[in-house]
Amino acid sequence: MFSTVRWRVIWITLLVLLCGWALVPKEDADGNRIPPLQLGLDLQGGMHLAVEVDDSQAPPDADLEDAVERTLTTIRNRIDQFGVREPNIQRAGDRIIVELAGVQDPERAKEIVNRTAFMEFKVVTDGTSFLNALERIDRAIVNAVGADQLRPTALETQVDLGEVLGGRDTAPQAVPADTTLPDSAAVDPPPGAPAAAPDPPAAQDSAAAGRDSAAGAPGQQDGELRPLSALLRPGRIEGEFLVATQDRPTVESWLALPEVTAVIPNDITLHWGVEDVPAGGSTFVPLYVLDAEPLITGEELQDAGPANRDPTFNQPIVPFETTRRGARLFERGTARHVGDNMAIVLDNRVQSYAVIRGILSRNAQIELAPGASFQEAQDLALVLRAGALPMPIRIVEERTVGASLGEDSIRQGRMAFLIGIVAVVLLMIGYYRFAGVLAVGALVVYVILLLGGLAGLQATLTLPGIAGLILSVGMAVDANVLIFERIREELDAGKTPRTAVDAGFANALSAIVDANLTTLITGIILFQFGTGPVRGFAVTLCIGILASFFAALYVTRTFFMIYLNRRASSESVSI
Amino acid sequence: MRLFSNANFSFLAVRRRAYAISAALIVVGLGSIVLHGGVNAGVEFTGGTLVHVRVTEETSVAALRDLVNAAGVSGEQIQPLRSSEGESTQEYLFRVPPVDDEAGLEGVERLIRSALEQGLGANSFELLRVEAIGPRVGDELRTKAVFALLLSFLLTLIYLAFRFEWRFGFAAVIATIHDIALTFGFISLLNVEISLATVAAILTIVGYSLNDTIVVFDRVRENLKKKRKETYEETLDRSINETLPRTILTSATTLIALVALFVLGGPVIRPFALVLILGISVGTYSSIFVASPALLEIHRWQRRRHAGPAHATG
Repeated sequence: MFSTVRWRVIWITLLVLLCGWALVPKEDADGNRIPPLQLGLDLQGGMHLAVEVDDSQAPPDADLEDAVERTLTTIRNRIDQFGVREPNIQRAGDRIIVELAGVQDPERAKEIVNRTAFMEFKVVTDGTSFLNALERIDRAIVNAVGADQLRPTALETQVDLGEVLGGRDTAPQAVPADTTLPDSAAVDPPPGAPAAAPDPPAAQDSAAAGRDSAAGAPGQQDGELRPLSALLRPGRIEGEFLVATQDRPTVESWLALPEVTAVIPNDITLHWGVEDVPAGGSTFVPLYVLDAEPLITGEELQDAGPANRDPTFNQPIVPFETTRRGARLFERGTARHVGDNMAIVLDNRVQSYAVIRGILSRNAQIELAPGASFQEAQDLALVLRAGALPMPIRIVEERTVGASLGEDSIRQGRMAFLIGIVAVVLLMIGYYRFAGVLAVGALVVYVILLLGGLAGLQATLTLPGIAGLILSVGMAVDANVLIFERIREELDAGKTPRTAVDAGFANALSAIVDANLTTLITGIILFQFGTGPVRGFAVTLCIGILASFFAALYVTRTFFMIYLNRRASSESVSI
Repeated sequence: MRLFSNANFSFLAVRRRAYAISAALIVVGLGSIVLHGGVNAGVEFTGGTLVHVRVTEETSVAALRDLVNAAGVSGEQIQPLRSSEGESTQEYLFRVPPVDDEAGLEGVERLIRSALEQGLGANSFELLRVEAIGPRVGDELRTKAVFALLLSFLLTLIYLAFRFEWRFGFAAVIATIHDIALTFGFISLLNVEISLATVAAILTIVGYSLNDTIVVFDRVRENLKKKRKETYEETLDRSINETLPRTILTSATTLIALVALFVLGGPVIRPFALVLILGISVGTYSSIFVASPALLEIHRWQRRRHAGPAHATG
């Protein structure tokens, strides 16, 4: 008997420790605290969107499945650019569910998701007209922002730049996914292969030489502030500049100033690239100077991919096809730009660029640089296909909860939980005396198991989930009440305490099992059919039922065994 | 301490009065639903937009209504939220029915936002919560909710039929339908909005009410096996009385927890807590005054059929 009790105590202690450990806040690799219970969007604030592909205007033979898959890629791309912590983007049937925690600006997030993918093929200029305008741009920035605001930044950056420019060997080592774009009719091996080495373009150097300051040169000369010039450094091809990643927001805000847009020549546009370029221990974002007029847009792009390999040279290639109209535009546009780079711009960001190897027409292909992986080719094909997305997308469901509402809910829920528990504890002890104390002990174990179980299963705690927690505390004592009432009846029938306790547990069992199983059925159905918050409620309910089974039938029983063993005389029991 | 430990109430003797009370409550509830033109389904089920706003300076429903109407929003309901003490919280719920045109779903939210920005100033309000549901999603959620309710019904019935005799299961289902009808009636009378959370609450009530009923029936099953010399009605009464302390204590602990939630839980969770409080009270009542009487009526009906000459099998 004693050893049985001992084993029971050991099991219970182990389980409590395990669940308690699951509740200890941990730290991730970056040293950030991970809360033990994952909070639902309704508690931590955030946004839930369901997006649908609108196929009402699509041709009848359009492939919805493919369109959804492509839309998923587009939305993932965009959300990554938006910079949300741990976005959750997934497919649910024909819908795409986007969940963003702690979004500060829901309006913008929606705009980003909802926009139709916009793709353009644009020629990368040699950058001369931009460099010519740079002095005016710098002056416009100084005038708009004010010299005092700029001076500290400019000086700081100057030091950075000095280091970076110190030696050529710190120049970008990573060869960009250098793409070539042959005419489909002439798939020649690259003769003097396109600029794969990151040499600063000659045109740029000469442009810089002719002026007292240019891209890449220190930002201050003759005491004059050159805020933008100071932050630019030459890129890997003509018309590409690199901006240190941390300076990007500053540069972006400058370029958006109306005074600045006014002095940027009309025939060029500036676009950021998607890739990060590492160099000299820091990372850079490319900024491209492109022809304002696109060669063709995504509207003219009929289809792209799948990626395959060049039969002769085994390099990954991505074929694509334009419309008839696109073919005409393409022919006319590329005729003047053979040898230039062409940028593939999706949603205003340069995804990739390639050398125009010949006049392009209806069927063309992009050939990736030697060494490029097949995965890169597949990604590029997906980008092209997203650009060719024929169907607009539509938000069909939106739920946004501000962070403050979530905080209020947590605070109020915690208070209600504590008060509910205290009230139940007082009631149980007042009614059942010492047996009530045992039940409260079991209730404590129950709460630890429930919370630890939620944390261990990485269940998400939602607002209805908190309600479920509070409700389950009230219901958790039910099994104890059933047992205690039985024990009282058995005692009334004249049984000794030990037999009464045994009989009480035995006789209450069927009612406890039947009653809890029906609730469990409800919980499972709720989990199956519910979404988000309701699902959180169902999980809490189900784990609560299992934990209360264990707490009442095993833990309370063990406590009773210890209680009865410790007593010298077993003539009465406090219940 | 002991309450009702040797209770010996004749619950079944007053069952006709209980029927009358239940019937009256159901009629009032259904009447309320009819008068309201159906239940007050939330935007999750009808489609539409819900915007929950907190303002920093005193304003009124009428002022807010003028603002959003001027911006082109129509058909809106504006509800001021009150704290549990009945004080104004400066929080308002805007509900706007679904708009048909393409921009509808986001358009409404944007209209309300810009109307408030212009009318109150950009920093004098905060959007706490926005729910915008397309009509088709609303339809789907409604179908899902109804399906979940029916399925949980069916599975419970199968379980009970498996564990008890069929008439127990039947009586339990009658009690559950009674609870759902009454709960819907209360929901309509109090004008609580039916959201996904409310449906979860109703399902919980179903589970809880069955829980109560099963505890009584478990005792009935046990007492019937003992073959005392007493009528079916006496056995039922004895079973209810024997389980009465448990019924009352469990309901009390659950209700205490829920009242704490209702009082402290804040405006979002309060309707959910209210539905649970009413439903659990109804569930406790029905396990005593509806489920067992139903069992008795079924039992008597069976006996009449078997006693009838038409059933002399040959």
